[in-house]
Amino acid sequence: MSRQQAQKVIVAIITAIAALVVIPTILVIAFIVIQGIGAISWEFLTAMPRNGMREGGIMPAILGTVLLTFGTFIACIPLAIGTAIYLAEYAGENRLTRWVRLAIVNLAGIPSIVYGLFGLGAFVLFLKLGTSILAGSLTLGIMTLPVVISTAEEAILAVPQRFRVVSLSLGATRWQTIRHQVLPHALPGILTGVILGLSRAAGETAPLLFTVAAFYLPDLPASWFDQTMALPYHLYVISTQVPDMPVSIQYGTALVLLLFVLSLTLVAAIVRTRMRRRREW
Amino acid sequence: MPMEPLLSIKNLYFTYEDEIEALRGIDLDIYPHEVFVLFGPSRSGKTTLLRLLNRLSDLKTGCSRQGLIEFKGKNIFAPDVVASDLRRNISMVFAVPSPLPGSIYDNLTYGLRMAGIRDTTVLDEQVVKSLQQAALWDEVKDRLHKSAFTLSGGQQQRLCIARSLALEPEVILLDNPTSGLDPLSTSVVEDSLQELKQHYCIIMVPHSVQQAARIADRAGFMLDGELIEVERGATLFTRPRDQRTEDYITGRFG
Repeated sequence: MSRQQAQKVIVAIITAIAALVVIPTILVIAFIVIQGIGAISWEFLTAMPRNGMREGGIMPAILGTVLLTFGTFIACIPLAIGTAIYLAEYAGENRLTRWVRLAIVNLAGIPSIVYGLFGLGAFVLFLKLGTSILAGSLTLGIMTLPVVISTAEEAILAVPQRFRVVSLSLGATRWQTIRHQVLPHALPGILTGVILGLSRAAGETAPLLFTVAAFYLPDLPASWFDQTMALPYHLYVISTQVPDMPVSIQYGTALVLLLFVLSLTLVAAIVRTRMRRRREW
Repeated sequence: MPMEPLLSIKNLYFTYEDEIEALRGIDLDIYPHEVFVLFGPSRSGKTTLLRLLNRLSDLKTGCSRQGLIEFKGKNIFAPDVVASDLRRNISMVFAVPSPLPGSIYDNLTYGLRMAGIRDTTVLDEQVVKSLQQAALWDEVKDRLHKSAFTLSGGQQQRLCIARSLALEPEVILLDNPTSGLDPLSTSVVEDSLQELKQHYCIIMVPHSVQQAARIADRAGFMLDGELIEVERGATLFTRPRDQRTEDYITGRFG
């Protein structure tokens, strides 16, 4: 076999392997869409569940997931971006930053059920927040920290160093330099990390188990201190805990969760490409 | 010279993190309204010295320094000196043309805006004045709000010079500003320097010995972190005192 032929074979194999990754993704999405699309209706999206959740809609679970995602955003993002700016711009290499980085790596490796137990111990019991949207948001927020910190720090470090040096040489302070020359260019990358982190949080079940999620609630939550239903946990409940559950409602719920998470990812992709297009250098 | 020096460097030593001594015992006075040229082979400490003068050297961690740099009689490393104020007075132009993302106008007004000047009449005035001084006004007056990256390399470099001038500094540091430019743009920049020294003190690392000889009022030859010889340009490039200076000028090394 000549070198050129070998080259072609290798490329073909690698392409095939790459294509293999796409197949499960398409299969999962297609399967859920086909099975679940029949259940989707205006009532399904906007009504309370009825008859032991076997009929009616899943509106409380949708609302709960939206609230939890928003709460996670508030709990996580300022802290994460502040940390990323500190690590990338202010902190040198010292013992503190080594510890912070070690903590981030370890946070990323903790199983989500452990976050759930931590949330139960720290927020629900110790801080006496009870099982509440607040406790759930804080738990999800901490779980989301490492991915947002890492992506934000990478985005900040990717801004060319010469912009910082030029800005400083023109008499800008360090913070002015970060504010005017670093963050605007790092924003697309930071937003991508934020939205990917949030979409992961939106799909999590385990951290919600002991901190916020309710099996069934007749009323919508009235404050951040109430429990709520949430899509991932609701899906678990109706798939395993309720006898005689219509399959279409299970797949319908899965489809709604999938669409919610995918739409977040889509927003991230659109924001990123639009902002990248404006970039000049 | 009878005048008070504007910048006075006294027994300056500087060592990088990797323990390499970049500067060894530099003593140098620089006066207003002169073009002072610092030349020598690469890695002789020219850029290091330039970056110390407006404390851009602060950005590197793990360095150590001894000795003094006085700007108008005051130690620039004194704790009450604010680096950003110092850099407005001692402005730097880099070897690579380095516009900031944004329009020509944004670039020119950046330093002033960061200094808290919001008055658009003041900003507009400085834009016109600095562009004229850098010999760029005629070429860009109709497209001030276009991206700075639409300019050619030579224009970008003159924009960077104008951007420094807009701050009305007292000293302009030019670190090999013509390195990436064609001969024509180089001569435009060199010519504008002669104008600029009426208003500013210019310290420049040149692209070549020839360029140094063309523009220097006074020149200093650096080698291995030491300042070998400082003289008026006319003298230094024709009758150097030190053998090493002569060897370098005549092209025997470097």
